[in-house]
Amino acid sequence: MSSQPRTLYEKIWDAHLVERREDGTCLIYIDRHLVHEVTSPQAFEALRVSGRKVRRPDLTLAVPDHNLPTTARRDTAGQRIPIADLESAQQLAALERNAPEFGIRLIGDADAEQGIVHVVGPEQGFSLPGATIVCGDSHTACHGGLGALAFGIGTSEVEHVLATQTLLLGQSKTMEVRVEGQLGPGVTAKDLVLHITGVLGAAGGTGYVIEYTGSAVRDLSIEGRLTVSNMAIEHGARAGLIAPDEKTVAYVKGRPYAPKGADWDKAVEWWLSLATDPGASYDKVVTIQAAEIAPTVTWGTSPEDVVPITGVVPDPASFVDPSKQEAAQKSLDYMGLTPGQRMQDVEVQNVFIGSCTNSRIEDLRAAAAVLKGHTKAPNVKWAIVVPGSGLVKRQAESEGLDKVFIEAGLEWREPGCSACLGMNPDKVPAGERCASTSNRNFVGRQGPGARTHLVSPAMAAAAAVTGRLSDVRELLD
Amino acid sequence: MEAFRQLDGRAIPFGAKNVDTDVIIPSHWLKTITRDGLGKGAFETLRKDPANLFDSAEFKGSPILIAGDNFGCGSSREHAAWALLDLGIKAVIAPSFSDIFSGNAFKNGILTVVLPQEAIDRLMEVARTDKVHIDLENQVVTTPFQDRFPFEIDPFRKHCLLEGLDEVGLTMARDTAITSYENKARAELPWLSKGVELA
Repeated sequence: MSSQPRTLYEKIWDAHLVERREDGTCLIYIDRHLVHEVTSPQAFEALRVSGRKVRRPDLTLAVPDHNLPTTARRDTAGQRIPIADLESAQQLAALERNAPEFGIRLIGDADAEQGIVHVVGPEQGFSLPGATIVCGDSHTACHGGLGALAFGIGTSEVEHVLATQTLLLGQSKTMEVRVEGQLGPGVTAKDLVLHITGVLGAAGGTGYVIEYTGSAVRDLSIEGRLTVSNMAIEHGARAGLIAPDEKTVAYVKGRPYAPKGADWDKAVEWWLSLATDPGASYDKVVTIQAAEIAPTVTWGTSPEDVVPITGVVPDPASFVDPSKQEAAQKSLDYMGLTPGQRMQDVEVQNVFIGSCTNSRIEDLRAAAAVLKGHTKAPNVKWAIVVPGSGLVKRQAESEGLDKVFIEAGLEWREPGCSACLGMNPDKVPAGERCASTSNRNFVGRQGPGARTHLVSPAMAAAAAVTGRLSDVRELLD
Repeated sequence: MEAFRQLDGRAIPFGAKNVDTDVIIPSHWLKTITRDGLGKGAFETLRKDPANLFDSAEFKGSPILIAGDNFGCGSSREHAAWALLDLGIKAVIAPSFSDIFSGNAFKNGILTVVLPQEAIDRLMEVARTDKVHIDLENQVVTTPFQDRFPFEIDPFRKHCLLEGLDEVGLTMARDTAITSYENKARAELPWLSKGVELA
């Protein structure tokens, strides 16, 4: 092993190198593979057609999440409530058939551990620091919050990992995004990552693996770090990484699949050795001052279209790039906004608190803290809270958060991807706005014609209370 | 997988930037459990406009698509590549692609050609009236007007596309190397080798 100073990314990469080809492409070993119902049926089908087996079923975990309705899944007699959408039901049935056929552990739709794959992985201790983790879902970068090299893959790659437990990859360039200072009151991990996406642009990280560093990142909880890394793909990065530290170790300890006994001590020693060495260099470094970040909202149809909540809808003419001017105009037409309009004057009819970005217990606590003692504004027609997993749901209920939401007029749902994407019954009606804690504000993402404003859980709660995008700092004491 | 050597045909002068996978294939099309038939859903929203390029008499069924920066950004859905294939598209030319999309395209035998914006602008102009030619072996895009735009491609990807090789089969042939890695990892990072036991 070389004694050259290395980055966190390079250390994980080197530890997983099976072999390097002459052309520089590397065969990389994959430690953990999460499988859900949308991107896996064609991979299993291909294995079946070619008579191939899953090489390491024990390193694979299957969880349904995208298609599941977030309403009750069993009736009072414990019988499954049929899913109205036949295609959704078919995908879910395919996963339930494929997992046992190939010897893979399946967490079922009504199991307490069921949830969004990116919430379940860390929660179960299946996702570990320093591991290589893949899933047929672009928000897999989420697990980078633990210091794992995690990234989304397509279905052919799902098949490749199932059959070989490896992937053929070219090494990415490295970028350090250093966030110095402290986030202000009411400013969260979500605001931080939206701000970073605004600074880098939706394609700014293309070809890079980004390591988030600096005091503001170190100060984040593990759940906050998962939120930041989750959206690495929204600024184009293959993966996001945050170096494991004592907080990471404390988070992982005691989880069902976490290392135990002598393995634990050895694992901790290795995890804490992974931080980027002094003197190691990145291909690019971007520095951001945490104090400059306000609670942040999106105005357009790309996650890079961000503005502080105190700001106004930008004038498309203000962009230098002519194609961005055109894109901004199209976004404003779709979003039904006019340049110069104050973001705080934008009314919302829907509020969604959930998704792999923001559905962990801290997210729900932050939303409940704002909602406590309030009720949703009359113009907010639909407001739902969707916990990221059954265990998050149970924890929230034990803290009485469900009562806070229900008393405020919000619906308390079963875990799943929900209104983050238009694949299950949770959709935003055409032409209506949603203050959403999800990760994408693309055209039609939350349903055809739906207008999405990405925000933090606290900001979504504030929008529910006032009926418009609001500065949560004015609602907090 | 079908081998890709040369491609000669009309190119759809689409040109849009940041075309995300929700535009290429909206999420309600992801409910299929097979790879076929997604062409109907390709660019569905854009194709609601009767004047769209994809269904025009001139460009319907064209094998090449010309796009702007960051083509295929957004989700990891391979359905985007399957939808393009089902629509008849075998190559996409753009100034840049999202990493996941270009990987998915390659694995399905779709060539992604990266060219500078000036070259894209010129090809957009030519494509309106004439054919475009892609020669993978010599890594060059040409037009009937003596335009010549060389492009770079990863040598491994080039080799696989030219020969129509199946990546899974190629890697399975490296079984000895994978097993030897697993043995080493079991000794050095033992907890990573211990996964999930079936109940």
